[in-house]
Amino acid sequence: MATVISLKDIHRDFIVGNETVHALKGVSFDIMKGEFVTIMGTSGSGKSTMLNILGCLDTPTSGSYLLDGNSVGEMSRDERAVLRNRKIGFVFQNYNLLTKTTAVENVELPLMYNPSVSSVERRDRAVKALQDVGLGNRLDHMSNQMSGGQMQRVAIARALVNNPSVVLADEATGNLDTRTSFEIMVLFQKLHAEGRTIIFVTHNPELSRYSTRNIFLRDGRVMEDSFNSDVADAAAMLASLPIED
Amino acid sequence: MNFGNLLKISLRALGNNKFRSFLTMLGIIIGVASVITMLAIGQGSKRSIQQQISEMGSNMIMIQPGADTRGGVRQDASSMQTLKLEDYETIRKQVTSVVAVSPLVSSSGQLINGNNNSPSSLQGVGLDYLSIRQYQISEGDYFSEQDIRTAAKVCVVGKTVVENLFPDGNDPIGKIIRFNSIPFRITGVLKSKGYNAMGRDQDDIVLAPYTTVMKRILSVTYLQQIVCSAVSERRTEEAVEEITEVLRYTHKIKVDGEDNFTIRSQQELSSMMNSTTDLLTILLSCIAGISLLVGGIGIMNIMYVSVTERTKEIGLRMSVGARSRDILSQFLVEAVIISITGGVIGVLLGVFCAILINVVAQWPVFVQPWSVLLSFGVCTVTGIFFGWYPARKASSLNPIDAIRYE
Repeated sequence: MATVISLKDIHRDFIVGNETVHALKGVSFDIMKGEFVTIMGTSGSGKSTMLNILGCLDTPTSGSYLLDGNSVGEMSRDERAVLRNRKIGFVFQNYNLLTKTTAVENVELPLMYNPSVSSVERRDRAVKALQDVGLGNRLDHMSNQMSGGQMQRVAIARALVNNPSVVLADEATGNLDTRTSFEIMVLFQKLHAEGRTIIFVTHNPELSRYSTRNIFLRDGRVMEDSFNSDVADAAAMLASLPIED
Repeated sequence: MNFGNLLKISLRALGNNKFRSFLTMLGIIIGVASVITMLAIGQGSKRSIQQQISEMGSNMIMIQPGADTRGGVRQDASSMQTLKLEDYETIRKQVTSVVAVSPLVSSSGQLINGNNNSPSSLQGVGLDYLSIRQYQISEGDYFSEQDIRTAAKVCVVGKTVVENLFPDGNDPIGKIIRFNSIPFRITGVLKSKGYNAMGRDQDDIVLAPYTTVMKRILSVTYLQQIVCSAVSERRTEEAVEEITEVLRYTHKIKVDGEDNFTIRSQQELSSMMNSTTDLLTILLSCIAGISLLVGGIGIMNIMYVSVTERTKEIGLRMSVGARSRDILSQFLVEAVIISITGGVIGVLLGVFCAILINVVAQWPVFVQPWSVLLSFGVCTVTGIFFGWYPARKASSLNPIDAIRYE
């Protein structure tokens, strides 16, 4: 198994006023291709900082971060932007879709910033990604004409369209009701089954049952890093939920 | 990101805020439209003055005696006798860049017909004078070569003279009028030219053969003026030089000697008038330019608001891989699209207003093609200039903060 992410002794300090806040205090772990990792932690545990660093939005103060063999710490702002464009798919808690824009156009967005993708290929890939998340019949729906679950599916399609090395989900089910949350979890499990590497950042410990590996952060350190041998099936859970009218 | 994508993204962003984009554009529209209209009014009046000057004969050259000094005292022009009939003959024969030449001598006095009289000046001129000054005969005939040779007492009069001397509407052709005590037979009436740009009545005129005026009235052998027409307006300069050369030679003026004549061309007058209207145009354009500036500031203002409002969108774009320069270009292109579209509408509106002013207020207007091009240029520059700062701000946002901005 190839290593997708390799973190070694990551520190991240923030200077707030005269004080230095140590958000991450020496975090190390590797993530292999095809893993479904849940990163958990309470507020203030450093998981947001972790997510920013994993997503190449931020760089560590010290330590090394290799993403697909690329050392992110030494990259410039623009180089990291290109790296995000090619290697990372983001899914946010509040979907972050462009308003007054169709599903397809939202999904096309990352490819707009990739000059090697033609407009025809861009459209084809966006349509394919939407079909993969089960929205093949809603290609031209505006983002404000869709339910929360549908919007999150569009966001997931957008995260997949550039065929990333890793999908980073930040509280991806945080704004959804229980049923829709499970539908999204089913989708993530399906993507995982297709061989994608997924990192799911959440404060909700229940979700750890559905991933293959769980990392607990507390006060900027890894408290627990365990593999889950008994992965629960989100689809079965969804089926057991009472059907609402 | 290639330019096609950039344009698509920017257009979509503007389309999402149609009304606001339009309001932003309005500043530019009004700015450009006023620039175009003001320039059209300025150019229109310039053209109308130029036309009036060319009606007086735009390629006209006037040669006057001058620079005659006697014992260091500069003499009055009318007393100078440095221009002779020979000079007229020389110019006529030797100067190739003039097409028409006429001597000019004038005497002022009272015109009398029966119990009607009016003060006027009698101009003694040659055959070419009509074409030089662009006069035309409306009734009767101009005097002939024969009349000039014999210094015949004949004259051609302008409309105003006819009105003054024949108030009861009698046909003036063939009638005898008196200039002071000398009788003249009217052979023709000039077509009315109205007032000139200086407000002088061009129809208050009596033309007679120059020989008649010189011999019978003034009893002089020198000329007060020689007027000629250059081959074309463009060759006026050349004609002036040629005449100077010829006259200096025939007047036997030494290389370092001062000319004893003065040459003026209508071009000088025209450039003087032009400088006046140019000043007017500049003033009007400045006022219009200020409104364009205000429009530009409007763009900057809205773009600023837009950057703040779209912080989250910017954050998203950055997280999916937009580089700083992609964001910068997007906002710049948006600003330029607003300003150029505003420019196009502004030009159309400006031309429309100019035509409206022309029709309603009867002002002469002329839309210069370069003023349209200039407006486009200024619009683009305005868009880039005023879009730059907000775009810069957008592109330097931190993606982490931007994506979580509420």
